[in-house]
Amino acid sequence: MVNVLYFASFREMLGKANEQITADHNTVGALIEDLSKRGENWQQALLENKNLQIAVNHDVAQRDTVIKPGDEVAFFPPVTGG
Amino acid sequence: MSEFPYIKIQQKDFDLTTEVAAMRAGHKDIGAVVSFVGTVRDINEGDEVSILELEHYPGMTEKALEKIRLEAHDRWKLESSLIIHRIGKMYPTDQIVLVAVSSRHRENAFYASHFIMDYLKTNAPFWKKETLPDGEERWVDARVTDKEAEKRWIQ
Repeated sequence: MVNVLYFASFREMLGKANEQITADHNTVGALIEDLSKRGENWQQALLENKNLQIAVNHDVAQRDTVIKPGDEVAFFPPVTGG
Repeated sequence: MSEFPYIKIQQKDFDLTTEVAAMRAGHKDIGAVVSFVGTVRDINEGDEVSILELEHYPGMTEKALEKIRLEAHDRWKLESSLIIHRIGKMYPTDQIVLVAVSSRHRENAFYASHFIMDYLKTNAPFWKKETLPDGEERWVDARVTDKEAEKRWIQ
């Protein structure tokens, strides 16, 4: 099980801030593939989004980053602080 | 390192003089202090902005900022440094962010503060949402120029 977080415009577009995903996925990419089956919003935000930003356990990650049970995976748009 | 909180994510405003004094306290070898304060503009992308709301990713924000801060210490031999970033609702003219650094000589302090701000812009998980006078809300897009600014520091 992994804890998945969505921030900013992603949270609004996908309608949730966080959720627990019980299915096993070896990589962030596999998780994205699975989540994208939920519909067009998910596909656009995650699968087809060239600007998708990913973090695993608070570190910047990529689609091929390996994940394991208990990890925290976050999806968000490019950052705009400062 | 002492107990001084080098990174603060807070809703409340900050006082530059107080914060810089705390950062300098106990450091007798400092010859230069540089500080940068970012503030809320009343115009963005040609539109008037009434409210700016800052969201962040608790946990990752602190980690990302600490990584940037330590890299600056490493590259420019800083004596001390401080990053304060506000979250929540802010209004035009409000202060959003403070970066302050100290070093023995001015050149390192100038470079390090510039580096920290450039990296904060592109690496720290904060997101801005602005509200226009008619009530329309929109997320601020990341700027290509910020990504370009980051590149100048790559060694």
